[in-house]
Amino acid sequence: MTHAPQGAIDCDIHPALPSVKLLLPHLDEYWREHILRRGLERDSFETLTSPTLAPLNARPDWTPAADQVETLRAHVLDRAKPEFAICNVIHGAQMMMSEDLSAALCRAINNWLAKEWLDRDPRLRASIVVPIHSPDLAAEEIDRMAEDKRFVQVLLLSMAELPLGRRQNWPIYRAAERHGLPIGIHAGSSFRHPLSAVGWGSTYLEDYISYSQGMAGALDSLVVEGVFHRFPNLKAVLIESGVAWHPAAMWRLDKTWRGVRAETPWLTRMPSSIVRDHVRMTAQPFDAPPDQKSLDRLLDQLGGDDILLYASDYPHWHHDDHDALPDGLPADLVRKICFDNPLATYPRLAVPATA
Amino acid sequence: MSKHVVASVAEIPPGGRKIVTVRGRSIGVFNLGGEFFALINRCPHQGAVLCEGEVVSRLISDGPGDYKLGEAGEMIRCPWHCWEFDIRTGQSWCDPESMQARMYNVSVEHGEELAKGPLVAETVAVSVEQDYVVVEM
Repeated sequence: MTHAPQGAIDCDIHPALPSVKLLLPHLDEYWREHILRRGLERDSFETLTSPTLAPLNARPDWTPAADQVETLRAHVLDRAKPEFAICNVIHGAQMMMSEDLSAALCRAINNWLAKEWLDRDPRLRASIVVPIHSPDLAAEEIDRMAEDKRFVQVLLLSMAELPLGRRQNWPIYRAAERHGLPIGIHAGSSFRHPLSAVGWGSTYLEDYISYSQGMAGALDSLVVEGVFHRFPNLKAVLIESGVAWHPAAMWRLDKTWRGVRAETPWLTRMPSSIVRDHVRMTAQPFDAPPDQKSLDRLLDQLGGDDILLYASDYPHWHHDDHDALPDGLPADLVRKICFDNPLATYPRLAVPATA
Repeated sequence: MSKHVVASVAEIPPGGRKIVTVRGRSIGVFNLGGEFFALINRCPHQGAVLCEGEVVSRLISDGPGDYKLGEAGEMIRCPWHCWEFDIRTGQSWCDPESMQARMYNVSVEHGEELAKGPLVAETVAVSVEQDYVVVEM
C-alpha cells in the first residue's frame, strides 16, 4: 500500500457512538425523557459491524472509551494531516423501526457531531445522518442541518427496506439537491433482511463481501428509477463497498438495458453514461487486482480519473496507518483522488466553515 | 446498381411488410403510411433476421413515470435481443452512434414504365395496370 500525500482529503472516517448516554445532552426534552423512561440510554444501538461491537473492524490501538477526537488527532489528523476529514456515523438510529424515535436520535447525532467533533477541530466535516426509512422526516433534517456548511453530504445506507431509487425516497433527493449536498451511500443495511440476495450468510466474511452486491443493486435502482433524470444536479458517492465490481456491473446494466429499455422510456442514454456523470466512489477498501497490468486495466475500465475519492475508513483495519492507497497508482491520479476529486464532489469543502 | 421489382404496391399495405430476396440478399420492405423503406434482413448486432421481428411504436417519456406512445409502427425490434431500429433510417435506438442496419433505395413505379425495362423482375410478374415496389441494389 502507498501513503496518501500529506493533506489528502479523507472522505470517510467513522466516529463511534458507544452509548446512547452520549446523546442525552443533544436530544430535545421530550425525547430525552422518552429515552430515560424506557431505559434506552443503557443501550448503544450501534450496528453489529461498528468498530465498538466488532473489534476486528478497528485497529487495535483504537478504543471508543478514550477521547475519540484526541485519538483521531494522534492517528490521522496530525499524521496524514488531511486538509479535511469527513465524519460518517453509521448507527442504529438511521434504520430503527420507530420513525419518530429514529428522527429524534438522528437529530441528536447531528447535534453531537457539530458540538463534540466539528467544533473541536477545524479540519473535520460531517455527513448529515437521517432516518432513512422516513423520507419526509429525513428531508426536514436535511433542511435543518444544511445551514451548517460543515455538513457536506447526506448519509444513506446501500441496503434499506426499499431500493434507494424508489419514489418514496425522493423527498431525500429533492432536499439534498436543493442544498447542493451529494448523497453518500455507505455500505450498510437495515439488518432486517439478508445482506446477500441468496439469504443469510454464516460469517462476517460473507456479509462484508455482500456489500459490493448491495451497492450494485442500490446504484441500479437509482439509475433505472430515473432519480438522476428527476434530480439532474444530484451527485452520489458510493462509500466503502469496493470498486472492482463496478465496471462489470456497468457492462451488464448497459447490455441488458439495450434490450429491455422499453420498461423505462425515460432512460434515453446508456445507463453507464448517467453513472459516469453523477456517481463517485471512495477508494477504500480498494479491492486491487494482484498485478500492475491488471490494476492499469481496472483504472481504465472505471472510465475516468475523476471517479475515485481518497478515504482512510479510519478506524477500520483495512486502513493501515495512512497507507490507504494501492501501490502503482500514477502520481497524477493520486493527486486527483486525494485533492481535486473530493473538492469537485463536495462543493462545500471550498466554503469557509462557520457553524 | 440495378433496380429490382420486389412486389406490387397492393401486396404491402400501410403497416405491412414483405421479406424479399434480391441478388441473393434477404431484404425487408416496409410500408409506413404509403412510404416504402427497405432494410437488410440482418441485424448489425449479431446477424439475426432483423426484419422478421416485431414492428413497434416509438416510446416517448418526459421523465420517470411518464409514458407516451410516439409514432406507431416506426421501429423494428430484433427478434433476438430486442434492440430497436428506426425503419426510416436503419439507425439503432440504443447505440445510434455505431450501429445501423443497411438501407436500400426504394421507389414505386408504374407497370407500364417497368415494361420498358431495363429492370429485373425476378419473382414478380409485372402487369401494365399496377404499381410496383422497386428496390435498388
